[in-house]
Amino acid sequence: MNRPIKPQELPYDEDGPLYVARRKVYPQRVSGTFRRIKWTLMAVCLGIYYLLPFVRWNRGLGAPDQAVLIDFPNRRFYFFFIELWPQEVYYFTGLLILAAIALFLMNAIGGRIWCGYLCPQTVWTDLFYAVERLIEGDRRERMKKDAAASRWTLRRVSEVGLKHFIWLMIAWWTGGAWVLYFDDAPTLVKQLLAFDAPAVAYIWIAILTASTYVLAGHMREQVCTYMCPWPRIQAALTDEWALNVTYRYDRGEKRTSVKKAAELKALGEHVGDCVDCYQCVAVCPTGIDIRNGPQLECIQCGLCIDACDAVMKKIGREPRLIGYDNDINIHRRAAGKPPIYRTVRPRTVLYGVIIAVVGSIMLYVLATRSLLDVNVLHDRNPVAVRLSDGSIRNAYTIRLLNKSGFDRVIAIDVDGPKNPTTHVVGVDSVTPDRPMVVIGRDTTSELRMLVTAPANDNPAKSIPVRFHVTDIGLGEVASATDNFVAP
Amino acid sequence: MTDHTDIDTVSGTATTGHEWDGIKELNTPLPRWWVIAFYLTIIWSFGYWVVYPAWPLLSGNTPGILRYSSRADVAVELANLEKVRGEKMQALAAASLADIEKDPAMLALARARGKTVFGDNCAPCHGSGAAGAKGYPNLNDDDWLWGGSLDQIAQTIRFGARSGNAKQHEGQMLAFGKDGVLKPDQIVTVANYVRSLSGLPTRPTYDAAAGAKIFAENCAVCHGDNARGNQELGAPNLTDQIWLYGSDEATLIETIANGRAGVMPAWEGRLDPTTIKVMAVYVHSLGGGK
Repeated sequence: MNRPIKPQELPYDEDGPLYVARRKVYPQRVSGTFRRIKWTLMAVCLGIYYLLPFVRWNRGLGAPDQAVLIDFPNRRFYFFFIELWPQEVYYFTGLLILAAIALFLMNAIGGRIWCGYLCPQTVWTDLFYAVERLIEGDRRERMKKDAAASRWTLRRVSEVGLKHFIWLMIAWWTGGAWVLYFDDAPTLVKQLLAFDAPAVAYIWIAILTASTYVLAGHMREQVCTYMCPWPRIQAALTDEWALNVTYRYDRGEKRTSVKKAAELKALGEHVGDCVDCYQCVAVCPTGIDIRNGPQLECIQCGLCIDACDAVMKKIGREPRLIGYDNDINIHRRAAGKPPIYRTVRPRTVLYGVIIAVVGSIMLYVLATRSLLDVNVLHDRNPVAVRLSDGSIRNAYTIRLLNKSGFDRVIAIDVDGPKNPTTHVVGVDSVTPDRPMVVIGRDTTSELRMLVTAPANDNPAKSIPVRFHVTDIGLGEVASATDNFVAP
Repeated sequence: MTDHTDIDTVSGTATTGHEWDGIKELNTPLPRWWVIAFYLTIIWSFGYWVVYPAWPLLSGNTPGILRYSSRADVAVELANLEKVRGEKMQALAAASLADIEKDPAMLALARARGKTVFGDNCAPCHGSGAAGAKGYPNLNDDDWLWGGSLDQIAQTIRFGARSGNAKQHEGQMLAFGKDGVLKPDQIVTVANYVRSLSGLPTRPTYDAAAGAKIFAENCAVCHGDNARGNQELGAPNLTDQIWLYGSDEATLIETIANGRAGVMPAWEGRLDPTTIKVMAVYVHSLGGGK
């Protein structure tokens, strides 16, 4: 089938312009299974988003008690029992891999589940449409009001004004909740109300208010159609077994009105179940006709399923003329065979395995994460110093990291040159051979350490040296390697 | 530019009338909002001329009614920096040298500031890592001409050595050859004797007894009977492994014949007292401090 397509075969309207101006979409109110799922998921998503910053988590005295907190000034990320340091951002890489593969898995099983139910753009747009319907009325009413010759009556202006005001309030709350993830939420709320919060909080609220208002209120389906890369990517990732919101044309065609269908049936002609009522088009938030087959614009929110089911019920026909299905089954049904559904197939298994492996690695790394760490940096200039008695001294910068919630007493042992003497600048240790230092909870401490090899036992050239740090109380150990250099 | 009414059938847009090889150019004007914004920016620029420095004059420029100056901004920033630094440095100014070294926070601050000041002022002679060079002591080792305690280091930084300051460290290596005190063969003998003190090989023909005699008569005054030096006079220990100018025979002969008088400048008056304190702590913490 790789025959090149001749230009005259391309389905372009040769007389029309290449650019199509946006046609405003007026989705109609709809109720049914998928609408209920969408309302529920919206409540859950927004509930988590708005309330999560207020969830408390006790981490002991002196540590923030907010369950989810991104603490930029102190460079810490808190997520319930997890506390991450900046050098551990690779956990986020793992999360992103998991998120991507989970998206692929969703796509392989049920198409654009993310787009239709969970994506913030969808959730907020859905909410904004609900506000619009509540204030301006349903589809026909809104279309009529927009098309009316004397559009800007006082009533209309106040209606539109109220709508934008409510939109802005929702957008403002969106931005308001966003900043709560970056500071202690209850304190910040008080500061915000007293106009006493840091300027950066107001700036970010303004940015997110603007983006929410513009994206969910004005750009809507254009974000999905033109801005978002996922529709293109998912089209490349999908296969013939993935379930998508599909018009079952084997059953629907030929479209015939109820009345005419009765007449034709009486004559013994074949008629489809689709009555061409355009309800699926009326409820679509992206303004497409699902009966044209799979389309880039379709976010697969399932609202056309609800709309069609309602009509089918009313005229006494089987529901799910539109439903989650694929082309294979449409052809099988047309040929009189029973449909088959393959949720378990190589790609879903592969995605599942990747998720399990990456998840296990992350859990393992997290569970075995060291709360004590040491980094060593050899002095560069001079790399080595000969002392007056002929002994050789190397200096190191040692950084101790204490990621736990309590102070530690740390002993430093050096394993490298024979019979070394060690000294930490500024520390008069009671145990000269084994310097001991205190590092505070949840902090790092930088020390300058001098290691001297005696004159009669000098290494001839560079030898490896290992620094072992031991928590005196808990026995926890960390170590780092460097070199001991002869001049 | 003849016929503007020629309408392109595909796009429905007028053409400019330009045509190349049958290809016509569409006349697509800039969007109105863009043009309006462009004119607004031009109007806005007139405001700039009034408010901000704009037009060059014979000497300088029009200052603008806001009297804005980026130099003034820098001055404010510098003043703020000095203020922030001042608060931190006050703690150092009040503390004794020993206390600074015992307090981890003050030590860290002193070392950070010390590294910068050392790089600005000391590195040209002592090297950026204070490793020294021929004639310029290595400050990382434990061999000190004028003493390696915190107070002694601070003293040397403040007043220098042979610096011309009233409180300078005095004393120098005399030019025994140039001044005719020792004859050339005596210089060679005593040079070999000095090498023998720290276990370095000597000439097979050299007379150890004569060397010891010359040393006792001429050198022991400053370097001490056992040649272990004298920090009061800046006379180095000749029995250790560290040589400021070098330990080979030729260099020693040169040193004895022509003398040495390296200069450490006095920094009092050039650096403020707190900075000198910071420097002393920094140098002491490099590793060789006593």
